[in-house]
Amino acid sequence: MSPDDRRYTREHEWAKLDDADSRLVSVGITAFAQDELGDIVYFDLPTPGDSVSYMVKMGEVESVKAVSDLFSPVTGQIEAVNDELVDHPELVNDDPFEAGWIMKVVLADIAELETLMSAAEYDEYIGSN
Amino acid sequence: MLKGGSRDTGRLLMERSVPGRMGVVTPPLDVPQQPMPDASLLRDDLGLPEVSEPEVVQYFTALSQLNFSIDTQFYPLGSCTMKYNPKVNDEMAFLPGFAAIHPLQPEEQSQGALELLYRLQEFLGKITGMAGVSLATLAGAHGELAGVLMMRAYHHAQGDTGRTKMAIPDSAHGTNPASAAMAGFDVVSLASDKDGNVDLEALHELAGPDLAGVMITLPSTLGLFDQNIVEVCRIVHEAGGLVYGDGANMNALLGRTKLGDLGFDVIHLNLHKTFSTPHGGGGPGAGPVCCAPILARYLAAPVVTATDFNGNGSGSTYSLSTPEQSIGKMSGYHGNFGVLVRAYTYIRTLGDAGIKSISGNAVLNANYLLQALKDIYYLPYDRTCMHEVVLSADWQRARGVSGLDVAKRLLDYGFHAPTMYFPLIVHEALMIEPTEAENRDTLDAFIQALRDINQESFDDPDFVHHAPHTTTVSRLDEAGAARHPDLRWRPEA
Ligand SMILES: Cc1ncc(COP(=O)(O)O)c(C=O)c1O
Repeated sequence: MSPDDRRYTREHEWAKLDDADSRLVSVGITAFAQDELGDIVYFDLPTPGDSVSYMVKMGEVESVKAVSDLFSPVTGQIEAVNDELVDHPELVNDDPFEAGWIMKVVLADIAELETLMSAAEYDEYIGSN
Repeated sequence: MLKGGSRDTGRLLMERSVPGRMGVVTPPLDVPQQPMPDASLLRDDLGLPEVSEPEVVQYFTALSQLNFSIDTQFYPLGSCTMKYNPKVNDEMAFLPGFAAIHPLQPEEQSQGALELLYRLQEFLGKITGMAGVSLATLAGAHGELAGVLMMRAYHHAQGDTGRTKMAIPDSAHGTNPASAAMAGFDVVSLASDKDGNVDLEALHELAGPDLAGVMITLPSTLGLFDQNIVEVCRIVHEAGGLVYGDGANMNALLGRTKLGDLGFDVIHLNLHKTFSTPHGGGGPGAGPVCCAPILARYLAAPVVTATDFNGNGSGSTYSLSTPEQSIGKMSGYHGNFGVLVRAYTYIRTLGDAGIKSISGNAVLNANYLLQALKDIYYLPYDRTCMHEVVLSADWQRARGVSGLDVAKRLLDYGFHAPTMYFPLIVHEALMIEPTEAENRDTLDAFIQALRDINQESFDDPDFVHHAPHTTTVSRLDEAGAARHPDLRWRPEA
């Protein structure tokens, strides 16, 4: 079961509202995604200050199996990235929903979150996939 | 204690160094002694190991015996065509007339070598149905880069600079998008349909004035012949684009289908796969580019031209030339000449009928494996395959045994692992390419091994998960090695 305190995309990213006033969300990839990828060995992270757009590439993740694009689940401006992942990409394998967050974004429009899948919808999506 | 003494492979050469041991005796100085360069230019002492000649030979021989190789084990590495490399190829390449000439020797002194290159160009042109051939590129990916640069040069020569997109199927080998990106194109992914062919609707959407072309692998990396291929070429051409063909899988088509006849504009071949030259650590590659007449003027230099070529070669003279609007040189001299001699030898040895039997047997062998295994390994595209079969370990994974585990366990059975987790669109992919060089005994033993491993996935999944058990080293920490690469030996502090 995916945590129901956040929203999900078909590309297996999650976005969690940290603070409604400042429209700040954390972004990461799901447990399902890290399991599919296998051991993650490298992240190409975005740069704080850059803009990101919904479903536009924000970075890359490399595992022992393959290199994959990371897509931003939201539109806004990057407030911070998780520098820990540079030396410890395995954090995303170990704890994808908490310690393995990838970036924090200030949303352009907080209503965008509502357009993403709920945990129940996402679980059904990966179940039927 | 060191197992096997100096033949033990567990210690690096650097760690064997004993002060005063020597591997070479330097001859007496026979030129005037020169002053040493300024010592401040030296960053460090060059810590060369002090070892004797027998020790070096024993060490490297022992290492080489740990290797899997095509002459020692079945090597069904999908997409890599690890076929037998006939020894006569090497014999020809070692002939002093080929091996001892220098690339800068005047043309009139290297007419034989140039004739061989010319004839190889002609053969490859005939095999692919394409008019222009350049042998100058040194690998598949290198040929791809040359080919897409030619496509760009063509569009620019028409004054058409708005074609920035290159469409590439989602099943493609990673070198395809890398080559297109390197040539300055924006890569867009082209979906496959449910049968594994290019999705024509998706292609229609991409085919517009900004499409430079598509890069198609035929047969695809799913081991399938794209049944839409003629339509794909038509749609792209109608939109003003060009069709690139990744010919790395030509083993499946030799002597039967010509990419030129299907509508491809420019392709590369991997001589180091299809034409039996050693690769995968065993030798350098060659990725010649073949193209339709409209692109020949852009070919990489040099190409070999002949005057008065009359078939038997007598009375002809050969020279190196640069095509009119060549994309330029892609390598120092004339390509990897030794590889080209081997490929030429292979073609001459086989002749027309032999060439055709390669594709027949390659496809037969792959389908033999497909039929014998599809009841226990999931077959995502249930169609007749070409030179390779892509299975999935999805059913085994449900029991706790992944594709990686199956591949590792095969090592215990004495087989090289197949390609895993590629193409990316197949979950738990096991990509198996037996090649035509293997006989039925080997294929049957391999089938039995995969059936046994499947049984183990029921009986003792954990045992498979920790394979291999009989090799010199067992499961390596691949993730650790990629996360924290330790590539350089350093003396202990
Ligand atoms: C389908 C395909 N295309 C291209 C390449 C690239 O060839 P090379 O490894 O010689 O650069 C390969 C091989 O690795 C391949 O299998």
